[in-house]
Amino acid sequence: MNATVLRLTARGLLGKRRAALMALLPVLLLALAIAIRLSTGVDQTIADDVLSGFAMVTMVPLLAVIAGTGVLGPEIDDGSVVYLLAKPIGRPAVVASKLAVAVATVTAFGALPTLVAGLILAGTAGGLAVGYALGALVAGAAYCALFLLLSVLTRNAVIVGLLYAVVWEAVVGGFVPGAQTLSILQWSLAVTRAVVGEPVTSAVSLPVGATLLVLLFAGATWFAGQRLRSLTLTSEE
Amino acid sequence: MTTLTLDRVSRWFGNVVAVNDVTMSIGPGVTGLLGPNGAGKSTLLHLMGGFLAPSAGTVTLDGTTVWRNTEIYRHIGLVPEREAMYDFLTGHQLVLANAELHGLADPAAATRRALATVEMLEPADRAVSTYSKGMKQRVKMATALVHDPAVLLLDEPFNGMDPRQRLHLMELLTRMGREGRTVLFSSHILEEVEQIAGRIEVVVAGRHAASGDFHEIRRLMTDRPHLYVVKSSDDRLLAAALIAEGAGDGVRLDPVDHVLHVQTADFPRFARLIPSLARGHDIHLYEVTPADESLESVFAYLVAP
Repeated sequence: MNATVLRLTARGLLGKRRAALMALLPVLLLALAIAIRLSTGVDQTIADDVLSGFAMVTMVPLLAVIAGTGVLGPEIDDGSVVYLLAKPIGRPAVVASKLAVAVATVTAFGALPTLVAGLILAGTAGGLAVGYALGALVAGAAYCALFLLLSVLTRNAVIVGLLYAVVWEAVVGGFVPGAQTLSILQWSLAVTRAVVGEPVTSAVSLPVGATLLVLLFAGATWFAGQRLRSLTLTSEE
Repeated sequence: MTTLTLDRVSRWFGNVVAVNDVTMSIGPGVTGLLGPNGAGKSTLLHLMGGFLAPSAGTVTLDGTTVWRNTEIYRHIGLVPEREAMYDFLTGHQLVLANAELHGLADPAAATRRALATVEMLEPADRAVSTYSKGMKQRVKMATALVHDPAVLLLDEPFNGMDPRQRLHLMELLTRMGREGRTVLFSSHILEEVEQIAGRIEVVVAGRHAASGDFHEIRRLMTDRPHLYVVKSSDDRLLAAALIAEGAGDGVRLDPVDHVLHVQTADFPRFARLIPSLARGHDIHLYEVTPADESLESVFAYLVAP
């Protein structure tokens, strides 16, 4: 990793209004948690629904699309990436630094608020807060690695990422159980389930889910580094 | 590390050949890469800067392959054509970041030196997004110079500059060349290249059309057959007179447009004779226009077999 790349990436990703926009989702989650706690008190079932349905299915994938495609994709699109790449720094190190910023961002805006929302909704009971926070953490890391790779492979990374997260995982996965086996969401829920137990459900077992998460994270990161080594810059059209 | 060598380099994109079997060697001093728009200048610069793989052939810097070799950037400074930088940074922060990315021992000192070289010390604390086109170009130069590279590659550096900025950049590039750096810049404007480049490489339609000293190429460009379109009160009579006097190598009557197409290898003689011929035969000349003085046709002549 490279400290300068980390710094430039963080400023680029979180600058201007982007950070405020990304904060909307966790603010919504926390507001929802507070409202539920005040109106109905501690309810494990509702807590599970909110943390799974909102935090895991919606918030974390969306944040990861923004962060994962936003740390490198825009620079490749506008050509400014040349200032990073025309340097005696290994391209895999550039990818690692970019990914670190994306994962840190999704952890701060996704996993941490999930922990807090879980504590508000259910206290420490049943390990719900910790379990979902852990699930959000590993899901965020895996999504970021995948979406970062997409941003090196295609200029339509945001759209492809959204299609994957929304259409494949949320919709297709809901109707076609087989699709759930190839789902970062389900792999991560297996991690959450290992901590929480019932009522969390996952389409895969913990060993399978964890292995696939690690393989995806490592594989996508490695491949992004290789593709960046062969990055071709085009002129302004 | 000072000589960039292209050995039988071709680059194609699908069915389109952007660079066709180019062999050239760029050494110390200022070299102009001249060619019309779309000739493959940017493709060549991307090949030399390690941002494009040759489809065939090799690009080397003193024997070391450029493609997929990030160590090469210790010796190369790139000034891209595109404007985008890290606009949210100040000029100083941008150049400093580049110095750090190069892993320089004293990035702060290198930053000051580079900003001083391009005379950008004073506005360096403003955000890059507030800079004028010329200032952006200079700060780009500073990022490329911060590690004191032996080779400097610039893609259309004069585009969109006003005359004063242009002059300043010309002085800067001349100075870099005198210091013994290998400076290569692309341009589609002959006059720009003429003023500062000791050597010229001409590319037309992806092919290496000419190479060498500026004056040789200028002579090649002016000693070609010139085409003129002539309108007069009696084209037929004028054509006969031109042929009789040997003022044109080829004369063609165009009955549709009612004009005369004249081709001549000796255009000073043609220019001297045509008024006296017209007067002698009592013909009124309405129009004498050079037909192919565009840079493209000048370049096209150079590549004609």
